[in-house]
Amino acid sequence: MSGGTFVGMPAFPEAAHAAVGDRTLRANLRHATHTIRDKRAKAVAELADWAELREAGKRIKDHTLRHLDRYLVQLEESVVRAGGTVHWAVDADEANRIVADLVKATGEREVVKVKSMATQEIGLNEALEAEGIHAYETDLAELIVQLGEDRPSHILVPAIHRNRGEIRDIFREKMGSWGRPAPEGLTDVPAELAEAARLHLREKFLRAKVGVSGANFMVAETGTLVVVESEGNGRMCLTLPETLISVVGIEKVVPAWRDLEVFLQTLPRSSTAERMNPYTSMWTGTTDQDGPSAFHLVLLDNGRTDTLADEVGRQALRCIRCSACLNVCPVYERAGGHAYGSVYPGPIGAILSPQLRGTRSEIDASLPYASSLCGACYEVCPVAIDIPEVLVHLRERVVQGGEVTRRGVKVTLKPAKGHAAERAAMRAAGLAFARPGVLRLGQRLASRTRRLHPRTLPGPGRAWSATRDLPKVPAEPFRDWWQRTHGTATEGDGE
Amino acid sequence: MRVALFLTCVNDTLYPDTGRAVVKLLTRLGVEVDFPMAQTCCGQAHYNTGYRHQAEPLARHFSDVFGSDAYDAIVTPSGSCGAMVRELYPRMGERARAEGRGGGLARKLAPVVPKTYELSEFLVDVLGVTDVGAYYPHKVTYHPTCHGLRPLALGERPTRLLRAVRGLELVELPGAEECCGFGGTFALKNPDVSAAMGMDKVRHAESTGAEVLCAADNSCLMHIGGTMARLRSGVRPVHLAEILASTEEETLS
Amino acid sequence: MSGRDRILGRVRRALADVADDGTPYERVVDRGYLRQHGERTAGQTVDLLAENLADYRALVHRCAEGELPHLLARLLAERGSRRVLVPPGLPPHWLTAAALPLVHDRAASTPRELDEVDSVVTGCAVAVAETGTLVLDGSPDQGRRRITLVPDHHICVVRVPGQVVSSVPQALERLAPARPLTWISGPSATSDIELDRVEGVHGPRTLEVVLVSGG
Repeated sequence: MSGGTFVGMPAFPEAAHAAVGDRTLRANLRHATHTIRDKRAKAVAELADWAELREAGKRIKDHTLRHLDRYLVQLEESVVRAGGTVHWAVDADEANRIVADLVKATGEREVVKVKSMATQEIGLNEALEAEGIHAYETDLAELIVQLGEDRPSHILVPAIHRNRGEIRDIFREKMGSWGRPAPEGLTDVPAELAEAARLHLREKFLRAKVGVSGANFMVAETGTLVVVESEGNGRMCLTLPETLISVVGIEKVVPAWRDLEVFLQTLPRSSTAERMNPYTSMWTGTTDQDGPSAFHLVLLDNGRTDTLADEVGRQALRCIRCSACLNVCPVYERAGGHAYGSVYPGPIGAILSPQLRGTRSEIDASLPYASSLCGACYEVCPVAIDIPEVLVHLRERVVQGGEVTRRGVKVTLKPAKGHAAERAAMRAAGLAFARPGVLRLGQRLASRTRRLHPRTLPGPGRAWSATRDLPKVPAEPFRDWWQRTHGTATEGDGE
Repeated sequence: MRVALFLTCVNDTLYPDTGRAVVKLLTRLGVEVDFPMAQTCCGQAHYNTGYRHQAEPLARHFSDVFGSDAYDAIVTPSGSCGAMVRELYPRMGERARAEGRGGGLARKLAPVVPKTYELSEFLVDVLGVTDVGAYYPHKVTYHPTCHGLRPLALGERPTRLLRAVRGLELVELPGAEECCGFGGTFALKNPDVSAAMGMDKVRHAESTGAEVLCAADNSCLMHIGGTMARLRSGVRPVHLAEILASTEEETLS
Repeated sequence: MSGRDRILGRVRRALADVADDGTPYERVVDRGYLRQHGERTAGQTVDLLAENLADYRALVHRCAEGELPHLLARLLAERGSRRVLVPPGLPPHWLTAAALPLVHDRAASTPRELDEVDSVVTGCAVAVAETGTLVLDGSPDQGRRRITLVPDHHICVVRVPGQVVSSVPQALERLAPARPLTWISGPSATSDIELDRVEGVHGPRTLEVVLVSGG
């Protein structure tokens, strides 16, 4: 749990095994996800046109992705015209180098950060640390994760796995070594914890010269960037420093100003279940005497164009990072975010990580299976990403291999190891099901030997029977009863 | 009205009582039922585990068996196998086309897609009945299984049918819309999470005080029921068709 | 090859399989969603704004134009404010009744200086009734973004019904994208502890809104 890295994670089932057995974690996740689930449903129900907004959001994103080259070029022109500078980063290393160089050029040795998935994804904090630059996370949950030397476990609320008591303990123990210590006698009352964070971070905000952010949206037509937040730490980082560096995934662009009218309605209600989040900042380049005098936009690929090349998987790029799919997911609720081995946990992570990173590692190859395909994620997604469809598609990629794009180059994947027995079983089942006679033979054999069947199984079958009894095999399969009671063989018996 | 019973391979092999119940129920309602003996499996387990190409021959076989004009409808007592045919067969056809294999598969599967109904859909939408003349004197709670709930959007159909059953007391299941944790091969690939979900479902069922947990999918009931048996729960799993088939003359215990 | 060329090249190759049907952007998206939710009179829209502001813990006051100076004076006195920050273009008569030294924001004011004031008083660009949102656009009566951020107490004056719209789409129509915009819905808050909303983190912990009519 320490070290803040996801490298070398075990496959999902092993990681989930530990999480399922952790009663505190289970209780924390259950409490938090159930709280937000009901609220989201209420916030969404307030809008009679939710289905239309969802469809419009999907179409805007699909259209943008279809013409992504054109809109990125337009965005660049607009940002430059408004006084910003645009950088392009093919991968995490390039993005980290660009940001580190920009910070060094200011002569500063510390930056304040707004919570950003893109910078988490590329490991920016660690890369800056290696260059002697200290990055301070300022979002409350990110602060909890950073102080606790922990890993994020949720897109919106990275410290969702921590309850108020644990947060109080982290603040008491760690705040002092990072700056202003926690107030004497700090309790676990959420308002007091928020106050402690306010006091601890204010010092850093007031002296900060460089801010680093991501963005929720970028408008190609105007060059406007949008950050949606709650606490005001975003506003602090976006307006007080002299230099602002925003690292943003290329899929965050939308064509027109007007498109925001869709997402500013669907995002807050889907993520924090609010009609509107407390603060949204929109800025276009730089403004004289108001906010940073230098603005750098780093456009990040890092696997996004590879994802774009997959005709089924590309819909994952519509994601606006609301977290609604995590909050409704029964698997996420029990396995916790860390089991997904990525800054993107939950259902969206299970389709995004194996596409951004490929399916070579054990964890990435196991993620498409980290779902019962119940479909709750698709139902709540405000841009209608059919997550079950993509999961099944990625399962196919794992077991069958096939052509994919990695780092911009088309390659042919071999079927993943470890699926040989399953592949053989599927083939055998396929053969049996192709011939009703063979199926019938198997059924009869099972029926005749049914008194010998145990209620639990050894070996791999234990995966079922460790917690569940096996069903009793009936005296005769249905088809034998039908044959007996409904007379002669029907057409197409196939025997 | 002549219908083909698409029983599903799981029901055929492990739950023949459900098949017999569907036959009894539909016959009682004046429907002529046939069981095409050549039927096997719709290919759902293959498809959902990533073996789409191996599911294709099974889908073609399904179309051969059930595509006949002699049937007015294809009825199945399974939300997930119903969803396989209705939602995923068209998608298989599209994918084959996208892979440059032409529209053959799509054309082959097209006839069976609109004719396939999950049992409660067939009763409520096609036959237009909610009171099927059933009698079942027990306290029952209903779990809407995921593929019935979402892709097929069965909605209130199953509970409308249950409410019309004489003697039956229907109680609401807390967290009803949450998956039971079966998920096909998910139950084997992620046994810990699957089991935890199953146990929560059983606890919710127990909290209602019901004797019976009813659902429209025996594969989910196999998982929930297996968990109930292991936990020595006082609740037992019963398929919707068996409750609807039960009458005062021939009452299911 | 530059990063720019590599990324644009990858995008174009990735999309090689997708036909461009040539549909222009304007016709791609069905804007069949509502421009506003429900029909209301101007007065009802203002009432809804007040209700939604209060729902997210903003303190809402209403007065006629002539009463504004006295109301502002009372609010500042009740708060016990001794130093009040004002943007350069705040109508001077708003604070004539408040017997307080006004701190005028200057370009040279440092964040630390702003942290020393007790309250800030501004106008706004537009207010959104359905969401309980105030939007500031940096106009002279609203000032730089930082002045409504660092002080702990913000009083925002909204002229009703003129500055009030029903919905987010209507608000965007009124705003100029090139200006720095801040959308404010209630005081600073967080959902980071157990996904439950708690007010009061980095921004002003007290947000008071004065809905002034007849201006």
